[in-house]
Parts: sequence; C-alpha cells; structure tokens
Amino acid sequence: MSYISDQMSQRQLASDRGAAHAPVTMADLERGDRARVVSYGDDVAASTVRRLFDLGIVPGAEVEMVRRAPLRDPVIFRVADYEIALRSAEARCIRVDLAT
Amino acid sequence: MTGHHHGGGSVADTAGLRRFAVVGSPNSGKTTLFNALTGLHAKTGNYPGVTVARFEGTMRLGDQTVAVEDLPGTYSLDPISPDEQIVVDVLDTKHHADGVETPDALLVLLDATTLRRSLGLLAQMLQTELPICVVLTFTDDLTRRHGRLDTAALSRALGVPVVAVANGQRNAVSALRQAMSDVDSWSSPVVPPPTATAEVTAWVESVLIAADYQVPDVDVRTRRIDAVLLHPVLGTAIFVMTMFVFFQTIFTVAAPLQDYVEQFFGWLGELVAMWVPIPWLSAFLSEAVIGGVGGVLVFLPQIMLLFVLIALLEGTGYMARAAFLMDRVMAPAGLEGRAFVALLSSVACAIPGIMATRSLPSAKDRLATIMGVPLITCSARLPVYILLIGMLFDSADRVGPFSAQGLVMFALYLFGAISALTVAAIFKRLTAGTGPVLPFYMEMPPYQMPRLQSVAAAVTTAATAFLRKVTSIILATTVMLWVLLNLPPRSDAELAAASVDTSDDAAVSAFVIDHSYAASIGRAVEPVFDPLGFDWRINVGILSSLAAREVFVATLGQVAAAQNPDEPRDSLAKMRVETGPDAGRLLFDPPTIAALLVFFVYALQCMSTVAVMRRETGTWRWPALAWVYMFVVAWLMALLAHTVVASIR
Repeated sequence: MSYISDQMSQRQLASDRGAAHAPVTMADLERGDRARVVSYGDDVAASTVRRLFDLGIVPGAEVEMVRRAPLRDPVIFRVADYEIALRSAEARCIRVDLAT
Repeated sequence: MTGHHHGGGSVADTAGLRRFAVVGSPNSGKTTLFNALTGLHAKTGNYPGVTVARFEGTMRLGDQTVAVEDLPGTYSLDPISPDEQIVVDVLDTKHHADGVETPDALLVLLDATTLRRSLGLLAQMLQTELPICVVLTFTDDLTRRHGRLDTAALSRALGVPVVAVANGQRNAVSALRQAMSDVDSWSSPVVPPPTATAEVTAWVESVLIAADYQVPDVDVRTRRIDAVLLHPVLGTAIFVMTMFVFFQTIFTVAAPLQDYVEQFFGWLGELVAMWVPIPWLSAFLSEAVIGGVGGVLVFLPQIMLLFVLIALLEGTGYMARAAFLMDRVMAPAGLEGRAFVALLSSVACAIPGIMATRSLPSAKDRLATIMGVPLITCSARLPVYILLIGMLFDSADRVGPFSAQGLVMFALYLFGAISALTVAAIFKRLTAGTGPVLPFYMEMPPYQMPRLQSVAAAVTTAATAFLRKVTSIILATTVMLWVLLNLPPRSDAELAAASVDTSDDAAVSAFVIDHSYAASIGRAVEPVFDPLGFDWRINVGILSSLAAREVFVATLGQVAAAQNPDEPRDSLAKMRVETGPDAGRLLFDPPTIAALLVFFVYALQCMSTVAVMRRETGTWRWPALAWVYMFVVAWLMALLAHTVVASIR
C-alpha cells in the first residue's frame, strides 16, 4: 500500500446508528423520485462506504431514480450530475430523505 | 469502457524521456486524448486489453521528445480493483515499486459535464505533489447542454493550470501541447486540498462556485435513446437483434473480402510453381508457407470486422447498456454486468477478455470469469468452424430466411457462451466465502458518435497482432509440421517396392505423408481420439492446434494440398478412412464434423491464452487446471455429439 492510498483508506464517514426504524433507502425510490442522501447503513463495509463517497454519493447530495433494468435489477440513478447503475443490494446501503 | 487498444508489440523505449501520465475517471475521454496526443507513435503493451493494460507513446514538443502514458481509468486513489491499484503504484513517489517509472507530470482529465464528482478525484491527485495540469474534456457537451464554466476562474480556484479540450481531435489539443512544453512553470496550490470527507465536499462546492459552474441540463438525447434501448420489451428485443446481426455481419460482409485474399494466395502459389525449379523448395513454399500461412490469413477480414463492431459498440456507449441489461442474467452465475463485457470482448480473442477482467473489483469474480472466458467462441476458432461448417452445409442451404451455415455458427457461439457462464458459476461457488463482498456500480455514459480514429486504432492494432501471430507461432508450427509430414524422405526404390506410381506426384506425396513422422505421432494417439471418429490426419491437426487453433486449418490444408494441390477443399471433403473397421467411410462425415466442432468449443488450444492466464493469476495452477478440465470436457462432449449425430442420421 502506498502513502496516498493509506491516507485515503483511513478516511472516516459517519453512519448514524440508532436512527429511525426502517429508514428509507435508495432502493425504495420509484421512477422519477428525488431524494437527498442522509447517511450509509450501519453494517456496510467501510471500503464500500468510501467508494460510494468517491462516486459522488455523499451525504447531502440529491439523487433521482431514473429507471429499472427490464429484469428489475440493477437500477439507474442520477447523482452528482451523472447516471450510475447500482444493484438493489448497494442501493439499500444508502439512506435517503424523500422530503426535499 | 472507452479503451480501443488491442494488439501486441513491446512498449517503446522511453527511458530518460520526460514522462507525462494521462489520468482520470473511466469515460473521461482519456484514450481519445491519448490517441490525439501520440497519434501514430503510440505503442501498446505486450497484450491487448480495454485500457486496462498500460499504454505508452511518444510525442514531439518543439525540439524535445516526451513520453506519454495512458493510465487505467479510476474513480479514486483508494483502490478496489487491480487496474486502480496500477494507478496508485505508478503515482506513488514515496515507496516505489520495481520497474514502474513515476511520471514527471500529470495530465488530470476532468469531464466538464460531471465536474462535481471529478473534482473529488483531483483533490486526491493533488496529494501526490506531482506537477498537475487539468484537462477539461467534453466542454462542447457542456455548452450544448446549457452548462457554463469559467476556465480561468477554475484555474485560480484550483491553483493549477487548466486547459479545455473540446474533443479529441488533433487541432483541439494545440493549447494542451503549448502547456505541456511549459511544464516547469506550472503553478501548484499553496495548500493541497483537504482529504477528510466533509472538508472535501465543502472544498468541491467552493471550487464550483468560484468557477461560476452551471450544471448542464440532463442529456435529452441520451434519455430519449435510453427510453428505447433500455425499454423492458423493446430494449431486450433490440439487444437480442444486435447480438444476432453482430454475428451474421461477420459472415456475410467478410465473405467476398475473403475470396480476394484466397485469390491472391492462389496467384502467389502459381508464381511459385512457375518460377521455383527445385521440387522440394517449391513444395515447401506452396504447402508450408503459402498453404499454411495463407490458409489462416484468409480470416483477416473477419477478424478486422469483428474488432470494428466491438469498437463501435464501445464507442457509442451501447456496451455499458448491454452490461446493464445483462447484469441480472449474469447474477445467477454469481457475476456482474461488467463480466459480460469481458465475455463479449472474448468473442474477438480470449486475451483482451482476460485483460478486461481487471476492471472487476472482486478477485473471485475475476478468477471465475478468467476460467470461463476461454470457452467463448474466439476469432481463432472462426477459421476452423467455417471450414467444418462449410463441409457440413452448402452456403445455399436455408432454414427459413436464415442461412444454415450462419445458424450453426450462431448456435456454436451460444453454446460457448452458456458453457462459459456455467463454468464461471461453478468456480464462483468453489471460491465462495473468501474475501470481502465488493459493491457493484457502473457509470452510464451519454451516447456519442464513435470516433473514427479510435475505431481505426482498434482495428489496426488487432490486425497487427493477428499478422504477428501468423508470422511467428503459426508460421513456425506449419513449417515444423511440413517437415514432420515430409520426413523421412522416400527413395524411388521404396516407392517401387510399395508399388507407387513414381510418375504420379499426388500418389507419391500421399505415400510420403502416410509414412511420415507426423503420421506415426497421429497414429500413436489414435486410441484417445478413435471414439470421436478422428483418424491420424485429424489427430495431427488437433495436436498442432494446441499451439494455436488456426493451425488446424493450415495442417489439414497441407495434407489435402499434397493429394490434390488444385482443389484442397474438395480433396478434404472426399477423404476416406483408410484402416480399421470403418475403412472406406468418408472421414468428414456429419458425426465426425459435429465431434470436431464440439471439441473445438471446449478445448483450450491456445498457448497465448495459457500464458496470459499465468500472468493474470500469478500461478501456473489456474492455467493448468483450465487446460485439463477443458480437455476432459472437450473429449466427453465431442463423444456425446458424435453419438447423438450418428444416431439421428
């Protein structure tokens, strides 16, 4: 591991433990829904959280559900001004707030 | 998925030159810019890949020559896949890995339409403390979609030079060339940007405001195309049609071009017969060199066409959609959509397919895909399939509106794909429970017109790699085979003793081949292949094809040409089994052809693939395992095919 990647892998992102029961996640969004990213799930691996952050899925960012694949999964979202496909498993890791 | 390099050759000797590295996220236009900067001076690595191998080129800046390196696309310097690790290794100035040269300066590509995300990567790049020049790409898209950006203000906010490049065309990079020749005066930020997550987000926001950034509108064109191409019913139908047309095109369009190549070698053969008086030399040239190499070169048009189609699918952005549509289909095999791209690249050649697995973050996925990739019908199988299918069906045979030949070919491709997925699923299951579960994500880039230069680059490098293969491993194998097929020489007395008419050239060469070293080897392995209906001649072909599949065609060509030099194809079709209980039956009868086709679907007859598997997995264990399992499956499935076809006749 290099100096830079060491430094990058030590980044911390808070997950809000003990949040409201059954929080809304990106996987719950229907086509055309817009929401704001709140936090990441409690049991999500730290490396996954850091990657989601690097992809622009950061707390405070607005996400829009664009469309589902013909077989329901994966799902295309618009976030940080571009479109990205996530599987439901990943989308469930991202808590969102629908009231915008 | 913007890469268009395929091919061989060694990286140019760039030691001592000033080095620039092109870095940026996938789809940021790196490869296009790299092609525009280095032009025809680009040298690809030893093996092809889709921007996952390292590519290097040189360019002139005034009176000096500089080296430019195209690094794999990455979203972060916090790597989760092998190709992202390469970027970190190259950029690491502090602990240096052996054999990796650190660049002297970085050209960091930022897609102007996704600036918010791209700036996060730039913040990480600035931590390297290497001189950085920001290259803004897709600024024409930004304007078209009513976005706005003040380049000079962005440069002030970042503290590094910023150059806008509207598109990858040569005249658009002159400002960048200017900046590159002035690298010593590049400014650097007084304080590097923060690394803590909340601060980075705030820093990005402040830079965007300072640069007067106006987010571009949603790309209406892409949304409209996606509404059709990703439509549940329509999109799926178009996907299946695209795949079908893909394979039909390779056949129908290439056929007339192949005829020209064939005619050229026929003409060359006549010249040799006319001008080379020494009989053995004339035979060597016409059989080993022209017959062997020419027989394989006939497939150059098809291979080039295949790479054109793949480059078009990638260049337009449809490949990402294909991966999106196929993701759920790949899931039962434990794989993701990007593995589909690796598998589709393998239609050209297993080597770029194996290389493309570097974009898969999960080591388990990589291994499972690598083990399945060699089963995908590659272009090296094409010559063999075409030859054998041609003996099975006439080109005029139809099944409904489709050509019977094309249909069998489509079935073989489908067969290979299903087998590859099955194998991948088995290996995924075997390695289950080890290693972390990595996230799946895939960017959907806007649709674009494919760039002619990128398509041309992909095709030329593919053609060069094929020609190199033909003039090295294939030529060597055919020459060796010719020697084995023609030794030991027979004296007239021996021929007379065997009551061979010495005035009949065809009869003499048939006798020589029949009693050659190659024949002895072919007969020695007969017990293994006898149940499949193969005789010693096919066995010699199979053994020679272990070096490269195409050699099979060349070998049969040599054997056939010896008997009837004018009509080798005709003589193949009329060959009969010489000995044993089946003596007299046509050698290439439908059960045997079916067995051969199926054998070629499964067997790992490619030294280059074995070598790349060794390199990519770091051990001989996986290639050895792959070779053995594929041979066993090939034999069993060929026996099954032989039995089934024999029983329904």
